[in-house]
Amino acid sequence: MTADVIAFVLLLAVTAYTCAGGTDYGAGFWDLTAGGAERGKRPRWLIDHAMAPVWEVNNVWLIFIFVIMWTGFPVFFQTVFSAMWVPLALAAVGMVLRGAGFAFRKASRRLAGRRLFGTVFAVSSLVTPFFLGAAVGGIASGRVALGTEASARAWSNPTSLMFGLLAVATTAFLGAVFLSGDARRFGAPDLVDHFRGRALAALAAVAVLAVVALFVTRTDAPHVWYGLTHGMGLLFVLSAAAATFATAWLLLRPPGTWVRVTAVGVVAAAVLAWGMAQRPYLIPTSLTVADAAGAPSTLTWLAFVTLVALVIVAPAVVLLYWLDTHGELESLTDADLRRGGTEPGKSADGG
Amino acid sequence: MHTTVLLLAADAPAQLLPARQLMAFTLASHIILVPMGVALPFITLLMHYRGIRRNDPTALLLARRWSAVMAVQFAVGVVTGTVLSFEFGLLWPGLMGKWGDVFGIGFGVEAWAFFLEAVLIAVYLYGWRRLKPRTHFLLGLPLPAAALMGTFGILAANSWMNTPRGFSLDSAGNPVDVNVWKALFTPMFGPQYWHFVVAMLLTAGYVVAGVYAVGWLRGRRDHYHRLGFTVPFTVAAVATPVQFFLGDSIARKVFHEQPVKFAAMEIVWKTDTHMPEYLFGRLHPDGTVTGGIKIPQLDSILAGFSPDTEVMGLSSVPASDRPNATQATIAHWAFDLMVVIGSVLALLALWYAVVWLRHRRLPASKWFWRSAACAGVASVVAVECGWVTTEVGRQPWIVYQNMRVAEAVTATRSTTLWIMFGLVIVVYVFVFGAFLAVLLKMRTRWRLADAQQGAGSPVEAPEADTPYGPRSSAASVPSGSSGSSGSSGSSGSGEGRP
Ligand code: HDD
Ligand code: HEM
Ligand code: HEM
Repeated sequence: MTADVIAFVLLLAVTAYTCAGGTDYGAGFWDLTAGGAERGKRPRWLIDHAMAPVWEVNNVWLIFIFVIMWTGFPVFFQTVFSAMWVPLALAAVGMVLRGAGFAFRKASRRLAGRRLFGTVFAVSSLVTPFFLGAAVGGIASGRVALGTEASARAWSNPTSLMFGLLAVATTAFLGAVFLSGDARRFGAPDLVDHFRGRALAALAAVAVLAVVALFVTRTDAPHVWYGLTHGMGLLFVLSAAAATFATAWLLLRPPGTWVRVTAVGVVAAAVLAWGMAQRPYLIPTSLTVADAAGAPSTLTWLAFVTLVALVIVAPAVVLLYWLDTHGELESLTDADLRRGGTEPGKSADGG
Repeated sequence: MHTTVLLLAADAPAQLLPARQLMAFTLASHIILVPMGVALPFITLLMHYRGIRRNDPTALLLARRWSAVMAVQFAVGVVTGTVLSFEFGLLWPGLMGKWGDVFGIGFGVEAWAFFLEAVLIAVYLYGWRRLKPRTHFLLGLPLPAAALMGTFGILAANSWMNTPRGFSLDSAGNPVDVNVWKALFTPMFGPQYWHFVVAMLLTAGYVVAGVYAVGWLRGRRDHYHRLGFTVPFTVAAVATPVQFFLGDSIARKVFHEQPVKFAAMEIVWKTDTHMPEYLFGRLHPDGTVTGGIKIPQLDSILAGFSPDTEVMGLSSVPASDRPNATQATIAHWAFDLMVVIGSVLALLALWYAVVWLRHRRLPASKWFWRSAACAGVASVVAVECGWVTTEVGRQPWIVYQNMRVAEAVTATRSTTLWIMFGLVIVVYVFVFGAFLAVLLKMRTRWRLADAQQGAGSPVEAPEADTPYGPRSSAASVPSGSSGSSGSSGSSGSGEGRP
């Protein structure tokens, strides 16, 4: 019982990471495709400024996922990390390069430096979600089981490939939707349309890939296929489809805020559909939630820790997003860091 | 018994060495950033408070500049930390698979503490310009508490590995009857935690103060440098004697809870009373010690306040259950170096305190400032040494007396691990090199700006130059085609907002 609750918390954390982290990776995707130094200057400027205050928070979700995995379902964690060695190791390296590339890009003034850090950031934003998606695909298609040793088979198979591509497309879609909204916030109308068009294109890609993925699972991951086409899984698949249409419609209309909600809806519903389809397994069809569950008292504590997290962290995150979307967060400029520069407080009261 | 004999055979799996090297390398890199992550917010807030309280623009400027450093440092801390959580699974799946539900919960606390920390840091960093000064300061205040929470989680896990508690073993040797509370608050937890927190405080203090000590030596002795030095140095100077005391008590705790580790730290071979203390020196596999300075009786006295205290020796347990001679020597050297550094730092703090109490001024001696400039590096070295003592002294156990490192290691081929290790080194050299370059460039720019300001030349328009540039207004959007003028808006407050 507690195990089921924790498994659901795990699923929610995965959903949150897909949405929050996905938006982040997506920004990297558009950075990569923004074109040469001159043409890509403005989109890159926007990406830097939109991502800066929130990217660390977005990425802590992953830590939360790991903690729930190893504390709540130790055997599951062990199995996944043993079998998926290569994609997960590459994803880890990708994350380091991504974070560092992003943080350092703004710091370097010379074009060569900015190019180098920018490329590192952008390429690793593409590679990391692909490998994470591929690892998830290996789980969904039941290619890992307790004792499976690391092998290419576990993550280079049709389902993994589809999940990997779908992950990349999803991040691109979320990234474009959110960047379009940020462009509005920063008062750059041309960028609003720039990213709106890209969001539509990415949404189309996501839809096509999702349909293909669905049919790939039919033979490659039968348990998940069955789950996706019946009961709760089907319900979420239909919600994802509905949200897709709503998003497409909203993207075609004058820009507004609701499109962010529906966009997150598409992705969240899709992830939840996958989670529901896997029930009662963590790894179809070899490891059930009940089998993998850790000690009962630990699970109770984990539920408690989650609750505290909800009570403490949720208001904090809401505060951050609120301040951020209300333009209260603005980083320091050279003048602020100069002697005798305007006093921060004073100018703030005025503005 | 059987397992002992089995594992005694020298054939540790081939992947053990690269896995250990990789873990040690990434941890040792991450830990360099941790003092700044844990204690820099606290020191910055102190400075910030002073700035608000005394209406001192220089203090506020320092606080703002430190928070700009925090931004870059936090980013690198996050990514190197994320790698560590991957490595738990990639390198030590056996540890997590068997014990994850016993000791993993601490990380749960850590995860939400990090959440909070990431949020608060973002608000603090980006709140300078628009939030009301009071609101801004108050929103920053919980930061040190969040950092303490995060530290709690990690150290709870690590001290559990040193003194595992809170479970019993079933007939198959698997942990059952988990008691989470006992697993969190193990005997080593308290000493390790406080020793660690104070270490972070003093390291961050000395590192930051060191920057201004260098400036002082080069003749920059204005209010700015005085303040930049005094606040962090005072924090560190207060922490140092405390650390000395805490270090002594953690050593005694190790003596009681992990006697074999203590024997390794002090290279004690045979259990006996009236044990001499060796400063440095080398232990050989036959139990002899060469080199080093031998101080009769002292080890027994330190361990139990009396020369009659019996100290357990390494040879009292089978060779398979203790660190080998090389590991013991490494732990011993690391321990001694930490203690030496701690003692020297205590003298430095004493010097500072005496001059302050007698003359109400900073010491004038060049040697004081030279030592102060080096104190930061020395304390980072001490932190690294402390961890080497803890981790190498625990060998061959990953979970003290319950699981060997060899049982926990991944089955991945050693070649793959070596390749990965090489890749990680390259990546980390790049990341840390760039990190250093960014910090140095920031410093150069500020110095330039201060010099210009001093000379009264006009200050040009603000630009994005910290890694997270401005996000104020349309005015500072680089104009589309004419990419020449990057940033034109100067005050830029408000007009770009929808
Ligand atoms: C600035 C850093 C610093 C300084 C000056 C000292 N230490 Fe330390 N020490 C640490 C930083 C540190 C650390 C890195 O924070 C460790 C590693 C693990 C831990 O919990 O703290 C540590 C561990 C550690 C351990 C090992 C605990 C274990 O094996 O679990 C002992 C016995 C001591 N210390 C003792 C001392 C003594 C007697 C000192 C005398 C001056 C001292 N330390 C100064
Ligand atoms: C952050 C500072 C730390 C440093 C510098 C550090 C250093 C090291 C070193 C040098 C080793 C290799 C020991 C050897 O085999 O020769 C090691 C191993 C290890 N450490 Fe630590 N450690 C740190 C903290 C931690 C923490 C907080 C944990 C867990 C909660 C941890 C878990 C491990 C594990 C799992 C191993 C591998 C097993 C082993 O070789 O003992 N370490 N660490
Ligand atoms: C070996 C186990 C470790 C793991 C898995 C780990 C994990 C992490 C992670 C994931 C982050 C980023 C958190 C974020 O997103 O905000 C981080 C940063 C941090 N870590 Fe580690 N870490 C380890 C070792 C340590 C140790 C030994 C300490 C010391 C107590 C420590 C203290 C911190 C702190 C205070 C931060 C905040 C980031 C900063 O300001 O640099 N970590 N760590």
